[in-house]
Amino acid sequence: MQAPVNHIVGLTSIVRERILPFSGTVLVQLNQKVSPNEVIAESNWAREHILLDVARLLRVTPAVAERLIKIKVDDRVPANTEVAVGKGLFPRSVRTPREGRVVVVGGGQVLIEVGDPKIELHAGLPGTVVEIIPNRGAVIQTAGALVQGIWGNGRIESGLLVNIAESPNGVLVANRLDVSLRGSILLAGMVKDAETLKAASELPVRGLILSSLYPSLIPMAREMRFPIMLTEGFGALPMNSAAYKLLSTNAKREITVNAEIYDRYSGARPEAIIQLPTFTDPPIPHEVDDFSPGLQIRMRRPPAMGMIGSIVAIPRGLTMLPSGLRAPAAEVKLENGETVIVPLVNLEVVG
Amino acid sequence: MPSSLVDGNSLLAVDVGAANTRAVLFDVVEGEYRFVASGTAPSTAEAPLKDVSEGARQAIRNLQALLGRPLLDKQNNLITPNQPNGSGVDALVVTLSAGATIRTVIVGLLKDVSIESARRLTESTYARIVETIGLNDQRRPDQQIDNIIRMRPDLLVITGGTDGGASRSIKKLLEPVGLASFLLPEEKRPAVLFAGNEKIGDEVRDMFGPLTASLHLSPNVRPSLETEDLEPAQRELAHIVVGIRKRQIKGVDLLDQWSDGHILPTAYATGRMVRFLAKVYGSKKGILVVDIGASAALISAGFKDKSTLNVYPQFGLGENLPGLLNYTSLEDILRWSPLDISTGVLRDYLYQKSLYPSAIAATKEDLAIAQSVTRQALYLAMQSARRDFPRNIATIKPNLTPLFEPILAGGGALSDALRPGQGLLILLDSLQPVGVTTVILDQNNLLPLLGAAASQNNILPVQVLESGAFLSVGTVVSPVVTAKYGTPILLGKLTYENGVEARVELKYGSLETLPLQSGEVGKLAIQCLRGANVGFGPGRGGTIPVSGGALGVVFDGRGRPLDLPSDPVRRRELIKKWNWTIGGE
Repeated sequence: MQAPVNHIVGLTSIVRERILPFSGTVLVQLNQKVSPNEVIAESNWAREHILLDVARLLRVTPAVAERLIKIKVDDRVPANTEVAVGKGLFPRSVRTPREGRVVVVGGGQVLIEVGDPKIELHAGLPGTVVEIIPNRGAVIQTAGALVQGIWGNGRIESGLLVNIAESPNGVLVANRLDVSLRGSILLAGMVKDAETLKAASELPVRGLILSSLYPSLIPMAREMRFPIMLTEGFGALPMNSAAYKLLSTNAKREITVNAEIYDRYSGARPEAIIQLPTFTDPPIPHEVDDFSPGLQIRMRRPPAMGMIGSIVAIPRGLTMLPSGLRAPAAEVKLENGETVIVPLVNLEVVG
Repeated sequence: MPSSLVDGNSLLAVDVGAANTRAVLFDVVEGEYRFVASGTAPSTAEAPLKDVSEGARQAIRNLQALLGRPLLDKQNNLITPNQPNGSGVDALVVTLSAGATIRTVIVGLLKDVSIESARRLTESTYARIVETIGLNDQRRPDQQIDNIIRMRPDLLVITGGTDGGASRSIKKLLEPVGLASFLLPEEKRPAVLFAGNEKIGDEVRDMFGPLTASLHLSPNVRPSLETEDLEPAQRELAHIVVGIRKRQIKGVDLLDQWSDGHILPTAYATGRMVRFLAKVYGSKKGILVVDIGASAALISAGFKDKSTLNVYPQFGLGENLPGLLNYTSLEDILRWSPLDISTGVLRDYLYQKSLYPSAIAATKEDLAIAQSVTRQALYLAMQSARRDFPRNIATIKPNLTPLFEPILAGGGALSDALRPGQGLLILLDSLQPVGVTTVILDQNNLLPLLGAAASQNNILPVQVLESGAFLSVGTVVSPVVTAKYGTPILLGKLTYENGVEARVELKYGSLETLPLQSGEVGKLAIQCLRGANVGFGPGRGGTIPVSGGALGVVFDGRGRPLDLPSDPVRRRELIKKWNWTIGGE
């Protein structure tokens, strides 16, 4: 059975396709070096409009209104621009309430897009553009350490990694955040209360790499202007030892956190990247593997959720689980020495 | 010689689910179509493979390993037709439920008329209504436009107006909808289904034709105010959904090609089987099919004159799980748990499980939580679906579940290696059937595949249904009565074919069983006490033929609606006792 892979790798080539959700303009060139927050492509997509019903406002028929309308499609109009003037001794007039661009004129009505229509695509990682995808984006490659997470709040930032989690099951509390941490990206265990997120925002930090977060804090975490990446998920879960070890040993290094929103269909997921100098490109990690004895795995569900272990054996057919269900399973030796029977669908390969 | 009208064509059916893909072979055995074997593999709609044909191929490979005959050639393409050396199959059908929920904007005139029909139509597939535009909408047109744009719908379902009726209002409503479509980036413009006043069909074509590559017109869902006819629009919607999936998910087009276009959304294929069953086997009672898995909960009911099909992605047990809390509370989920579990643990479970939808319960506590969530999700789905049942159907009390015979249940949550008793208890708790009904578990999730196969071969579903491929759990007797806990409410006497008798005294609040093996039949004499009603009238008994199953005849004396004790300790003890009685633990 094929196994999903969660990348926690000390040195690897990282190749990421970054594309706009729809056509736009690519702003970078082949072999160009990019920084994580650099805009590599952009597009326009207005999400705010004003519809001026000129015919109704001037109390004329749509056909008459058409003749009175002075602006045309694609005109950029400042606020208070005269759109149309009626007839008579004291003619009524229609003016634009806000600055914008005319997108439709017809049927005695004018539709204007307002607000900033720009959609920007950031590089998401420091690296080199190795391929241009016309009108959509680019493929960016770098080399370094990679830790993938399971949830992100959609922000990207780079900064110095500071480890304030004494152990993988550390809890970050507000009074631990002092001014010396301002502008850092923190490796910081789990967060259980809103005060801690508020304190991080007020400092401000440049990012948080957490093991877990209480579900009630998700809306607040989404609002934070800095990236928040969770390695394990929701509740009070310690960070898996592989991620903690790799990140804590890279403390004081420049790190990029692309807390991309997890999308199971596109494969986008949050990740932390520590760019490292290399003479040759290290190998690219597998995206899928086959379950086999000896593989290092991470437990996705209880028992020992989040714990790292290795596959000892994969019995043939279906195995009775402690829950009473029967499923294809593996015998797994956990890092604490315990051996457990785990359904294969509850495992992911670490590597 | 096969007794079927076709010359023994073998048929492979592939079901691409959110978590698993199954390949099922139907072939002629001793003159009749039979379910032969199935192979399963994890679905591959999601990253990293992002190609459903990979999972389908793996499921077929697993199937051919069981069969000992090749179905795929060296290039991994399906061998069709069946070859003289036994390799390959004659035909393929595909059902599909994988994919993100389809974001849908519905447009109609009146809330209780065309908008309600649009809602029912949309709920017949894997869609979520993200915006409703109607005549009573007080928002400005530009607000409607911006909302539609922000929602980025995959689909617009437009209804409104009776045939030949007024058309001006619906045309006025379509203006902002059309403008919003125009303003969306070209590759993100939604598919459009128009199922309203046929008189304005040409104008709809003129408005949306240049805007979308997927414009579909179907007969009006409300040809008159009093009449609702969803079936033609549901059929069109099924094709639209497959089209949307082709754009969204790689590999769907290959399966479409392999199957020569015989690919259907799983829910639609299930609904087709329910209509068929209601026509062929329908009695005064309705036929109920339920299915609950990672992508959605499905309730389909077939009655004499009408069938209903409701798909609820919001009650699916996968990525939408945190959204369940928009419809229920943590406490209401935990009322079903035999273990003392805190609301915090349950909340963490819902969020964490949504990250790994295909994960299964490996520990007893995880299973207790998973089954509690399944019960509540199916309960909510049933409550929602009941709104759409016709009014003139057989019931014991109007506020209770109508009378059904049989109830067929499938889906990962019910069929994944659970003991039949556990599956039955989930169904009794969540559906709360009344009277006398047979409960059948579709352990191999064959029903939608038979619905899809019906378009290729109309003999196959009938013969497979009658072949014993489904697991009969047994006959369930659920009296409607209110009494004190422990009071006798029903006496039952089961007479076996060999004349031996077995008796049961059912007390209020308890579950009892009488053994009756699968394939056996017996006569059940029921005497109702304290005004209990099993469908013969309050306090009235009768004698009925019953068929056996894995659990024989099950008597559910817990009352309807099921009223669980508010004291958590007593409640958990009772649930454990019920689990012990029929759940097998």
